[in-house]
Amino acid sequence: MRLYVAVAAGGFRRHATYRMATAAGVFTNTVFGFILAYTYMALWDQRPHLGGYDMAEALAYVWIGQALLATAGLMGGGFEEELIERIRTGDIAIDLYRPVDLQLWWFSANLGRAAFHLLGRGVVPMAVGALVFDLALPSSLLTWPAFLLSVALGVTVSFAVWYLVALSAFWLMDGAGTAQVAWLAGLFFSGMLLPLTVFPGALGEVARALPWASMLQVPADVFLEKRTGWGLVQAYAFQSGWAVALLAAGRALQSVATRRVVVQGG
Amino acid sequence: MIAAMWIRSTMTYRFSFAMSTFSNFTATIFDFVVIVLMFSQVNGLGGFSFAEVAFLYGTTSTSFGLADLAMGQVNRLGKRVRDGTLDTLLVRPVPVLAQCAADRFALRRLGRITQGLLILIWSLVILDVEWTAVKVALVPLMAVCGALIFSAVMVAGASFQFWAQDASEVTNSFTYGGNTLLQYPPTIFAQDLVRGVVYVVPLAFVNWLPALYVLGRDAPAGVPGWVAFLPPLVAGLCCALAALAWRAGLRSYRSTGS
Repeated sequence: MRLYVAVAAGGFRRHATYRMATAAGVFTNTVFGFILAYTYMALWDQRPHLGGYDMAEALAYVWIGQALLATAGLMGGGFEEELIERIRTGDIAIDLYRPVDLQLWWFSANLGRAAFHLLGRGVVPMAVGALVFDLALPSSLLTWPAFLLSVALGVTVSFAVWYLVALSAFWLMDGAGTAQVAWLAGLFFSGMLLPLTVFPGALGEVARALPWASMLQVPADVFLEKRTGWGLVQAYAFQSGWAVALLAAGRALQSVATRRVVVQGG
Repeated sequence: MIAAMWIRSTMTYRFSFAMSTFSNFTATIFDFVVIVLMFSQVNGLGGFSFAEVAFLYGTTSTSFGLADLAMGQVNRLGKRVRDGTLDTLLVRPVPVLAQCAADRFALRRLGRITQGLLILIWSLVILDVEWTAVKVALVPLMAVCGALIFSAVMVAGASFQFWAQDASEVTNSFTYGGNTLLQYPPTIFAQDLVRGVVYVVPLAFVNWLPALYVLGRDAPAGVPGWVAFLPPLVAGLCCALAALAWRAGLRSYRSTGS
């Protein structure tokens, strides 16, 4: 256990060293936040209460999205490229030889990365957004820890998805294709471009039931106090359900994959 | 020639090439799906109809797609500076910029251009505009000058990475961010923001200013109407500035020596 805490701390510290990249990321998130905020304002101006949000809630949604973009790895988990590379080059054999669990190791490192991104790339854009626009903020103090728990569950689901993507490299050798599909699905079905509650009809129902909903839509709804009491329990159950299912799938795939590994001697 | 080499290398795996071009095409179509979804809820956005927004979307996406195909790779420069592989480019008897642009030349980016062009053509079909010879000539001119402006921004951003090696994302906020911005009518944004993309980073010349002329609307942020014909001049100026920035960056480059 102590080992995995150390790995998570390492993940946090490692990303904390990329100061220039973090500053650039904060800048980009803020710029995109502004552009999205104005398009949402035009939309909600025409249709107040679209998707069950008022203007202030829709604007808060935009900035929550920018804060969680890197945290929940919507455009890439931040670790899969490295893992794919290790699988491609065969370095994975060394990892498998170590007395640690492969999935838990990457999960801990990714948790550290997510925690850093929430602080490093989430707080500043959110603060800028709150200063410039009139955002809906939680009325109860208890909403904040409830939101953080939901974010943590979302990060777990995201990890599980990207882990599956990375493992696909065992069969495809080159994970670029799968990664691009996952990136696309993540951006669209997480509700990053438009809240899933705005999606019409069956498309909306399907989108809200997919794992990606737990990365942004569900945490945002917890933040906006759309999910309280029993609804909050259901939200957690939805996220945990996907997390357990996808982590289990990752574990199963991992054991099939490792039996396939052929170590080239040298 | 380097580009041809990379094309040959990707063509070795034809199926993979077809797959990645197709996914590139679908990836870029998703932000148009978002606009379609928006218009399934409202009739107009900032006083603009669906056809007009589609026209704005088509023009900027075509320009951005062209620029991305030509110069999209230069943002890898920061990585090259960091790991020292830029040195190999310096010793070859070919301009460094040409080598960077052709580095891993990705023909699959044709997917983005195809997507932009299709929506542009579609918007021209459903658009209700009184066409004059000037307006007809302005559309292809817009695509070319827009591509030059986006390319200049990409090169200027890459030059910046000679100093700040990790900051390629800043360029993204001007290129990808600018592309997103220009997909929507200027009327929905704060006027200070619009002034910024007219006078500071002149992205408004990619499509907003000429497109509004084509659509018969007033130019935003109180700029006079004749600026619709300035894109060639602005594009030339941007390219000159980007070239200066590139040379300054290249001259200040010190190898990591590792």
